[in-house]
Amino acid sequence: MDLRDSPSDAAFRREVGEWLDATLPSLPPKPPMDDFEARRRYDTHWQRTLFDAGYAGINWPAEHGGRGATATEQLIFLEESERRRAPYVGSNFVGLLHAGPTLIAEASPRQQAAHLPPILRGEHVWCQGFSEPAAGSDLASLRTRAVRDGDEYVVSGQKIWTSFAQIADFCELLVRTDPDAPKHRGITWLIMSMDTPGIEVRPLRTVHGSPEFSEVFLDEVRIPVGNRVGAENDGWRVAMVTFSFERGTAFVSELLGTRRLVADLKALATTITRRGATAWDDSGLRSDLGHLDAELEALWALTKRNVSQAQRTGVPGVGGSVFKLSYTELRHRLADVSRRLLDRMVLSHDDLGEWPTGDHMHGLFHALAMSVAAGTSQIQRNIVAERILGLPKEPPWTSS
Amino acid sequence: MDFELSDDQQALSDGVRAFLDGRLDMAGVRAYETAGSLDRDRWQEMAGTGIFGLRLAEVDGGVGLGVADAALVFEELGRHLVAGPLVATHLAAGSFPGAADGSAIVGLVDDVEDSTPVLVEHLDSLDLLVLCGPDGVRLADLDAVRGAAMPIEHPTDPLTPVHRMPAMPAGDVVISGDEAVDFAMAGTTLTAAFQAGLALRAVELSVAYAKERIQFDRPIGGFQAVKHLLADMLVAAEVARVAVYSAAVHLDDPSVGDVDRAVRAAKVVAGEAAVKCGKTAIQVHGGMGFTWEVDAHLLLKRAWVLDTHFGTADHHALALADAL
Repeated sequence: MDLRDSPSDAAFRREVGEWLDATLPSLPPKPPMDDFEARRRYDTHWQRTLFDAGYAGINWPAEHGGRGATATEQLIFLEESERRRAPYVGSNFVGLLHAGPTLIAEASPRQQAAHLPPILRGEHVWCQGFSEPAAGSDLASLRTRAVRDGDEYVVSGQKIWTSFAQIADFCELLVRTDPDAPKHRGITWLIMSMDTPGIEVRPLRTVHGSPEFSEVFLDEVRIPVGNRVGAENDGWRVAMVTFSFERGTAFVSELLGTRRLVADLKALATTITRRGATAWDDSGLRSDLGHLDAELEALWALTKRNVSQAQRTGVPGVGGSVFKLSYTELRHRLADVSRRLLDRMVLSHDDLGEWPTGDHMHGLFHALAMSVAAGTSQIQRNIVAERILGLPKEPPWTSS
Repeated sequence: MDFELSDDQQALSDGVRAFLDGRLDMAGVRAYETAGSLDRDRWQEMAGTGIFGLRLAEVDGGVGLGVADAALVFEELGRHLVAGPLVATHLAAGSFPGAADGSAIVGLVDDVEDSTPVLVEHLDSLDLLVLCGPDGVRLADLDAVRGAAMPIEHPTDPLTPVHRMPAMPAGDVVISGDEAVDFAMAGTTLTAAFQAGLALRAVELSVAYAKERIQFDRPIGGFQAVKHLLADMLVAAEVARVAVYSAAVHLDDPSVGDVDRAVRAAKVVAGEAAVKCGKTAIQVHGGMGFTWEVDAHLLLKRAWVLDTHFGTADHHALALADAL
């Protein structure tokens, strides 16, 4: 067990740090949360900046234009970036971390040449058309139908929880091509251009009050067969391949950001006076925050272990589910502590002048999303119990 | 960076596990309850494997390994619920003759200034008793302690017999300064390693039971209500384990980060994992979990005992909060 940077990792850390220090001051100001066009401009500009410096697609193989960095270098890059509050992937999330890696693993050379470079250069934004109103945790039961008509698939159905749909150029779309096959075996993975006729994007207001997601309605959308990735009816496997690209670094920025949030909460507590003492004089609050800090330290160690494991074996372990469950739980408890500290200030979602409470209010809602998005905590527990502990699956439900 | 176990570390961990599986099964561990004092032959045998002298230089009769290696050993000792002042004797090796080779069993009391009763563990088996406090490590006058101590008839953990002292014993400082800090930090981390081992054992015990216990015509481990409890146990135990490894690696090489934070975090997280997993093990075992016969209560009771060693989870959480 060795946590030191190797000489080459240390050199990489220095190089990244120097580049960030030189580059970040000239960044434009952050756009408002609900101006999606401005967010797209900001995120794609940052992506282009990374591309020009040779840091685009840091986890992508070099033959596809990425940096081909080791998992450790990826971790270092994210760590140094977050330390300086550099932008994260933003609206490039699906292209860089999901659709792109899927194309690298499964697409034809022609498809790769058409789509990978524009993702790396910040020219194409992607969204994900997986979940449906009736297919959430049970994703494989999706119903959006694709019927072959000559060289095209004619697609009708509805997708939901689609982040950045209103500003995306392309969508990684899962459709049902064989309704008679067992549910995992009748699914196909398609590239859908978002300017195809028949697509209607309806923004969906989340509990934040802003349209973070959209519903996407598909009415006889014609998609060329040449946009299919992998074989017809093999789309479930294609979609699952992507998860092997995640090398334990998915939550690095989150984790370091949460550490800052905990420190900010302490700073806030020292300025709040109640009943003749500061809120920080309350040992209950200090104990709660100390416990959270301990867990953050432990999860940082877990991240390093997951990255080391991925680096040795090439595939991510099941550590991802362990991490997500633990981290989600932590965010919920942090939200509870924040709310107790804020007291009447929870009535405002916005910063209150000299009281910087907005980030903590955002955290209250973020926790609610964490335990649902990308596999609910209940599904994650099933994964841990069945795949790590080898416990039997629950038998299928039958009406009787 | 490579946070995986090296081949040597894996071999060490496997070796200790094989030794304990062969020589200290639960019947052997439980024998302490009726014997009243620790089995000296077994203790010597453990010493023979090098667990106490592990971190001493080879010229001093040790193995020359680091805290990270010792943490792997103490995780296995925890997993096997081995009784006795293992961490204290390990820490004493090098400073007190006989500790490394198993001829001296060394007990330890955390010297905290408060008004609660002073309780000494394993007193009838001890050859030496050290007191670990803010001014360093002191050696107590064991005869005086024996003369004044009153046995507790029903110790909470049957494998941790306890005596009550009228007052904290005095003693001369034998380890001070940086050496005393290292002593306490290593003690905190190795106790956390033992706690992580307890948590992992609780998971193994509960998972095995959930796979074989049939209710409603199927193994209870197939029901989500039960399997989610088990998943939560594993998450807590695994997070504790890596926190301990990280703390140990920090102690071996302080240049990798904030040693104090890593060590305190390990004690918090491992301490809570051990208690949570012990409790959940009893729950998963249902009515049997509440019996003396099933080992689950021993895991929980030891977890309660060890939370008080080298600072409770709350003590370290408050220190972490101050450092934020």
